[in-house]
Amino acid sequence: MNNSPDYDVAVIGGGNAALCAAISARRAGASVVVLERAPYDFRGGNSRHTRNFRCLHTAPGQYLTGTYTEEEFLSDLRSVNGGETDESLARIAIRHSATCPEWMAREGARFQAALHGTLQLGRTNLFFLGGGKALMNSYYASAERLGVDVFYEADVVDLRVTNGRFESVDVQISGRARTIRAAAVVIASGGFEANLEWLRDAWGDVADNFIVRGTPYNTGVPLKRMLEAGAQSIGDPRECHAIAVDARAPKFDGGIVTRLDCIPFGIVVNSHGDRFYDEGEDVWPKRYAIWGKLIARQPGQIAYSIVDAKAADKFMPSVFPPIVANSVGELARLVTLPPEAVEATVETFNRAVRRGTINLSALDDCRTEGLTPDKTHWAQRLDTPPYWAYPLRPGITFTYLGLKVDTHTRVLMSDGQPAANVYAAGEVMAGNILVKGYLAGFGMTIGAVFGRIAGEEAARHAAR
Amino acid sequence: MLPDNVVRHGQHVLTVCNACRYCEQFCPVFPALEKRRTFGAADLTYLASLCHNCGECLYACQFAPPHEFGINVPSLLAEVRTRSYEEQAWPPVLGRAFRRDGFRAGLAALALVFSTLLLATIANGPAVVASDGAADFYGVIPHGVMVATFGGVSMFVLIALAVSGVRFWRGTDTGRTAPGAGIVPAVRDALTLRHLHGSGRDCTSNLEVRMPWRRWFHHCTFYGFGLCFASTTVAAIYHTVFGWHAPYAYSSLPVLLGAAGGFGLLVGPLGLAALRQTRDPALGEEDTRGLDSLFLALLFLTSLTGLALLVLRHSQAMGILLVVHLAVVLVLLLTLPYGKFVHGLYRVLALMRYHSE
Repeated sequence: MNNSPDYDVAVIGGGNAALCAAISARRAGASVVVLERAPYDFRGGNSRHTRNFRCLHTAPGQYLTGTYTEEEFLSDLRSVNGGETDESLARIAIRHSATCPEWMAREGARFQAALHGTLQLGRTNLFFLGGGKALMNSYYASAERLGVDVFYEADVVDLRVTNGRFESVDVQISGRARTIRAAAVVIASGGFEANLEWLRDAWGDVADNFIVRGTPYNTGVPLKRMLEAGAQSIGDPRECHAIAVDARAPKFDGGIVTRLDCIPFGIVVNSHGDRFYDEGEDVWPKRYAIWGKLIARQPGQIAYSIVDAKAADKFMPSVFPPIVANSVGELARLVTLPPEAVEATVETFNRAVRRGTINLSALDDCRTEGLTPDKTHWAQRLDTPPYWAYPLRPGITFTYLGLKVDTHTRVLMSDGQPAANVYAAGEVMAGNILVKGYLAGFGMTIGAVFGRIAGEEAARHAAR
Repeated sequence: MLPDNVVRHGQHVLTVCNACRYCEQFCPVFPALEKRRTFGAADLTYLASLCHNCGECLYACQFAPPHEFGINVPSLLAEVRTRSYEEQAWPPVLGRAFRRDGFRAGLAALALVFSTLLLATIANGPAVVASDGAADFYGVIPHGVMVATFGGVSMFVLIALAVSGVRFWRGTDTGRTAPGAGIVPAVRDALTLRHLHGSGRDCTSNLEVRMPWRRWFHHCTFYGFGLCFASTTVAAIYHTVFGWHAPYAYSSLPVLLGAAGGFGLLVGPLGLAALRQTRDPALGEEDTRGLDSLFLALLFLTSLTGLALLVLRHSQAMGILLVVHLAVVLVLLLTLPYGKFVHGLYRVLALMRYHSE
């Protein structure tokens, strides 16, 4: 029996981290296979829904304004993480992010200035021209030019890992079983956010009301197989990046267009008609990532954002039309909320609003006084019909439970030793750095930086 | 009017685009749609004429079919364009004549015009079947007849185009722009085809294939057409103002302009027709009515017969060649308001709106 491997490096996954790993490994001289679970049309994992990545830079560039230093980047990360992060890995992600744009451009990536409505990210985040799917198209084209073998509809069933050494992967490719041997493997298969059963294990029945914003293919099978093979896990299975999305969104793959940016412009009530959190806590981009979990804690995991005519054209239009009525009570009836309760909430809120000067681009002095919870900025009375409501649900982007890795992206086994030839990159190891909370565009940074490192390390291992 | 189902589908597609905006910096379609929150027939017609049908936004779209949202902007706008060309054609009866099978209607028109010209010429004298080598064009068709025929047809075409242009302008008016504003940048963008390479590199012509050929073949066609028009104009001035009559020397201005333009009109339409064969059908711009192919074919034939006439003007075949050439040019003129030619007019008007919004 021939025991020589089919490839030097097998990459499991087909998103940003996977393609960065595959391209890097190939450029380092390795023969590479990419096993992408999705069919061709849906290739690219959650990266196909992204639009930018967070990037250190010491001087303004064509698309990035100002500068973004290592210390500021790290302190932004600490502020969402509550101070807990693996600093050595975080610093690697941050430092290496500076070299990514040039590398990406060489692989065909194109960039654009910050999008309309996201100008506040123009200093910290570099936007992909056409978004993440365009980026992934460039990466796939580059990988194929370089001679990487890409299999679509490649469903990984099992990983043969003995004593921290990977031997082969069992995969169904378009329904046909195959075993692929490789000298090293890079796991870049994302989180388990599309695995409804696993979500239920972590969250209970609450999970039934989650909307999965991205790909339905991230069911976490390679992650689970590695954990079963003795890899160390990192992160809380309940931690994830989750935002408020329109409750009318499809269960999977609704992407960016189902998000709602109206929350700071009005109030948010739960199914009892009560407010439950400060809608004006901070500028929206810094806070939008907490609303998924806030709504997950409400009864029935549903909430309603209510704004009045003053705010109607102040936020990005949604893909779903607002529910419209000429009085608060009628609006409540339309969305099946208790009308008296909602009317009372609005009345109390309106009475508590202190006059200020509205300024949507800064933390202004429009606030309420004496409410629990108060709305601390952009508080304006809801008094101008028509009133609009949007139903909200938790929209899960990706989960943080993952594989613990060292600074070479080697997967750490339960004895604390790194696996001989197993590397991890992207969402599947993002939990090493993202403990909770989220920084816009940081997932793509983690994918690009550790994807490149994992590809190079795996190629180096295979060459030994 | 655009059918309701097209408008409804358009509203769905553009509402998703407006909530996403990832394509914002590909071309003017997206900044223009971001200025709107609802999309009616007027908005769709306007946006359709800002679209070059390159495909960048389709390939970049995470919601493209088979995704359940089914977003395909190029094919939506191609359909709107085809329908609005028909709707704005004047007189409507001619628009309808070319609607079903424009290519066949064009060939029929060509046959008709050719036979009429030929019969009239033969009736006028035998010169057409055996030219004497003097390149005496007006011996075949008298100058007065030529001027009357072409002048009459040109006037008609200009009126038809003007009516169509006004209809387009009114049909896309949503109260955001003043007439006349934005004309300078609009003409500049149209002449340079700026938005076929607006984001730095050439637009895609297929997934991850970016080549300048579409732009260059269009330039050959457009400027070839312009040079031929200039040649005819100079010749008309020679004839009427200076009394210098054709044939003109090979080194004369009308011949040089015409030969250069003719070369462009050979290369450009051939290239565009060849590129058309490699287009991704998903972009939805297949030439269902044959009008695009007809326009390219007539441009090519105009040039081919014109150059043949130039080379063979001292031969016996001159007479018949002249009749063929004039028939082709007449049909080209006649079909201008009902085919692909109108995209230039509507695009400039749409760009004027874009720059003044």
